[in-house]
Amino acid sequence: MPSRDEIFEKVKSALVDALGVDEEDVSPNATMVGDLGAESIDFLDIVFRLEKAFGIKISRGELFPEDVLSSSEYVVDGKVNAKGIATLKSRMPFADLAKFEQNPSVQNFANTLTVEDMVRYVQSKLAA
Amino acid sequence: MRWFWIDRFDEFVRARHATAVKNVSLAEEHMHDHFPGAALMPNSLIVEGMAQTAGLLVADAIDYNRRVVLAKVAQAEFQFDAVPGDSIRFRADILDLKPAGSLTKVTSTVGDKVQGQAELFFAHLEPGEGVPKLFEPHELLRWLDQMHIYDVGRDEAGNRLVRPEW
Repeated sequence: MPSRDEIFEKVKSALVDALGVDEEDVSPNATMVGDLGAESIDFLDIVFRLEKAFGIKISRGELFPEDVLSSSEYVVDGKVNAKGIATLKSRMPFADLAKFEQNPSVQNFANTLTVEDMVRYVQSKLAA
Repeated sequence: MRWFWIDRFDEFVRARHATAVKNVSLAEEHMHDHFPGAALMPNSLIVEGMAQTAGLLVADAIDYNRRVVLAKVAQAEFQFDAVPGDSIRFRADILDLKPAGSLTKVTSTVGDKVQGQAELFFAHLEPGEGVPKLFEPHELLRWLDQMHIYDVGRDEAGNRLVRPEW
């Protein structure tokens, strides 16, 4: 299993290629959407690149839970409800959702996922 | 008028790779002002030719059952300008294909020189995902015929592609 730093370097390279950002912009705390400008279509591109870089398989919605965030079951008045938060937590154990829980509006989710979350996600996939 | 930036396919291997040709001509109106006395094919239109080559390859691979839309030009580099009289060959390879999208790589060559290359990312949209119907089936089939896809097309086992009955 590669070290955390080795994983970070490969994740960084995937994000530089997918998002056209500079290497120095890809810090562990950078948010995927807010800081790096990722749009929903970019997450699919990132999925392709992570799968190739690490030899893993990533199912749709695993990395970015667009199905939860657009579901009327989980989102009421633009905010993710308790059931939705529980679903996000179980689906995304790699992500730190504490801050998002304080103001769980769907728009805020954009600033939740960080580069470090991506690294943790890959770590969890490689360990599985 | 349709937006045609390839003339025909020379090779088409289902879900794998394809080669298309674009003959650059001074008769094309956009050349007259780009630039007067020094006409050249804009690289933005070469990207469109790349996208048509790779896009048809992808659309065929998913049986034309979703709308294949160029979503991202992930990387594009050009070495020199294509000019009237040049034959551009686009070679497209599918790098990855999922129901929701695909990643392709396309190289353009003139003679034996690599003119440019790009990584193109396509989204495969279902009806209702914000993109209107792109083609009527008979119009699409006419375009595929014009591109000679069912003349040169083969599946991975080498069998001729069967022209659909739309």
